[in-house]
Amino acid sequence: MKEHVPHPDLPPPITNVGVIGWLRTKLFSTWLNAGFTLLAAYLIYLTIPPLIDWAFIKADWFGDSREACTSGGACWVFVNVRFDQFMYGLYPAEEYWRINLAFGLLVLLAIPLFIERFHHKGILAAVILFIYPIVAYYLFAGGSFGLEAIDTSRWGGLTLTLVLSGVGIVASLPIGIVLALGRRSKMPIVKSVCVVFIEFWRGVPLITVLFMVSVMLPLFLPEGSHFDKLLRAMIGIVLFQSAYMAEVVRGGLAAIPKGQYEAAEALGLNYWKSIGLIILPQALKLVIPGIVNTFIALFKDTTLVLIIGLFDLLGMVQTAITDSNWLGFSIEGYIFAALIFWIFCFGMSRYSQSLERKLHTGHAR
Amino acid sequence: MKKIYAIASAVALATAFSTTAQAGATLDSVKKKGFVQCGVSTGLAGFSSADDKGNWAGLDVDICRAVAAAVFGSADKVKYSPLTAKERFTALQSGEVDMLSRNTTWTLTRDTSLGLNFAGVNYYDGQGFLVAKDLGVKSALELDGASFCIQAGTTTELNLADYFRANKMSYTPITFDKSDETVKAFEAGRCDALTSDQSQLYALRIQLKDPGSAMVLPEVISKEPLGPVVAQGDDEWFNIVRWSLHAMLNAEELGVNSGNVAKMMESKDPNIRRLLGLEGIKGKGLGLQDGWAASIIKDVGNYSEAFERNVGMSSPLKIARGQNALWNKGGLQYAPPIR
Repeated sequence: MKEHVPHPDLPPPITNVGVIGWLRTKLFSTWLNAGFTLLAAYLIYLTIPPLIDWAFIKADWFGDSREACTSGGACWVFVNVRFDQFMYGLYPAEEYWRINLAFGLLVLLAIPLFIERFHHKGILAAVILFIYPIVAYYLFAGGSFGLEAIDTSRWGGLTLTLVLSGVGIVASLPIGIVLALGRRSKMPIVKSVCVVFIEFWRGVPLITVLFMVSVMLPLFLPEGSHFDKLLRAMIGIVLFQSAYMAEVVRGGLAAIPKGQYEAAEALGLNYWKSIGLIILPQALKLVIPGIVNTFIALFKDTTLVLIIGLFDLLGMVQTAITDSNWLGFSIEGYIFAALIFWIFCFGMSRYSQSLERKLHTGHAR
Repeated sequence: MKKIYAIASAVALATAFSTTAQAGATLDSVKKKGFVQCGVSTGLAGFSSADDKGNWAGLDVDICRAVAAAVFGSADKVKYSPLTAKERFTALQSGEVDMLSRNTTWTLTRDTSLGLNFAGVNYYDGQGFLVAKDLGVKSALELDGASFCIQAGTTTELNLADYFRANKMSYTPITFDKSDETVKAFEAGRCDALTSDQSQLYALRIQLKDPGSAMVLPEVISKEPLGPVVAQGDDEWFNIVRWSLHAMLNAEELGVNSGNVAKMMESKDPNIRRLLGLEGIKGKGLGLQDGWAASIIKDVGNYSEAFERNVGMSSPLKIARGQNALWNKGGLQYAPPIR
């Protein structure tokens, strides 16, 4: 008996695999899709090559005045010359080291938090949250320990953006958690205070809050008692942001099944222990995307301070383009600002995704 | 929201009136602080902007510097508060700034209802027209039937309508939201002319690919006198700011500038000697040191120097003196004598 030897399989038709197969299935599967593909390719052809040509090939990069921009493309010389200002605002150049030191210190302190085997994370976090801001404040503002005092009106650029959003993020999360818990509280006074606070601050646009603190507040304060514009803006942003944060956290709290609360009670835990050990860790984990979303929104919202005359990164760019030596380079400035904002927001979003994966303990809803 | 805001600010300003400064209080507090807190624009080409090194410069900024030079003998004793248009009067009212030098138009309403005083005019601005040179137009009166690029919602629009109605001409307005867009549209040929305040036209012209291809017409169709402002109720301080500006104008008239001020100290001309505080009332009237005007000229220069450096021919803006020339050279700048 002859043993049947099957023919070896034929390779799949060339039209189904490889580049051609990919093209057929992904780009040209129907006439409609083929049309869209061609249209998209045409649009890309229309926009991308001129953009690359403008931004890179015909661009000028180095120099110190607008005379260096001769190639007809983007004039990155402008961004180059103003780079320090975009980063540090109008802070005196010889004091830049103080800002660098403050941010360097923060990075140094934060690194151990990302090391799995480091065990004193609680203490370190407390240092970052409570001691570091004081140190950073003295480094930025000066006025003691032999450091020259620097007026907050000279703070600016990316530094100011980071300071505003950093303070906003760090302060709004705890306040938001307390407000969210208060809103779910059974005590009528606590509950109504929290509801009124949240609804009030959520009901007004941030731009109004900033106007209020910068334009109206000084008139109601007694003559001669100015408190710093930056501080006023910061307080406004924190109050505003904590109301939003409260609602995000409340969403998380509402998603925890009643059984968890009852189980905590059955174990004999008091309110704060059951919240701290059982409810919050689960609730916060659920709302990480929401929290990070709020943070990203806050980071971008800080640009609104330019309407009250504070120079964040965008404000600094807008001021720089009114220098009569550099008139007409607004596009370069705006593109640079957009790029910086994108880097930070994208970074935050990636970090939140990795955090979600790390904290994923198998019962994600 | 705008209405509520306006009502609220009116209420707030009314309450603030009760707390306006005592006479002489500003000079004392400025001397005690050791610097003049000056409100400037957050960025306006030629008038106030931060240079590459982060120092404020501009024609408005120079007024702040002049006041500091008069009070302290050094123009560097100024701290700047960049203010937006909406904040500026509140900042002055609440005492957050000692003076405001922020291209603010002097109008009756502002002078009477906001609790502040205009100390003079450091730039006579007015609405003008920018046209392409190859249009061949020499005067705005030849612009009958032309299309205009304008920024929406500004008084510019109203002034244009008034002007054309008064001269029985027709026009087509094309409005834009931002000045950037306006100038791009003009460059693309969507309109025959662009209209805005003259000082802005020159800044917009630089943003054209070929600035030489456009020209500013000589007509000025509105009055926009821009000047420094102080809070009402402190006449001594008001005088200091007003005469700091007048000193710069008088210095130009008498031919004293930052370069020759040291040599002029030996001048025999009584006008110059009075200006430099060598005879006459000196600094007594203002409560300042005798050489107050001399230190302004030394540190900031006379009006012509400030003008040319920031907005005039030695700046990229290249604005002609025009209305801002001295009275004896066909302009409007006229300062009372120092005697």
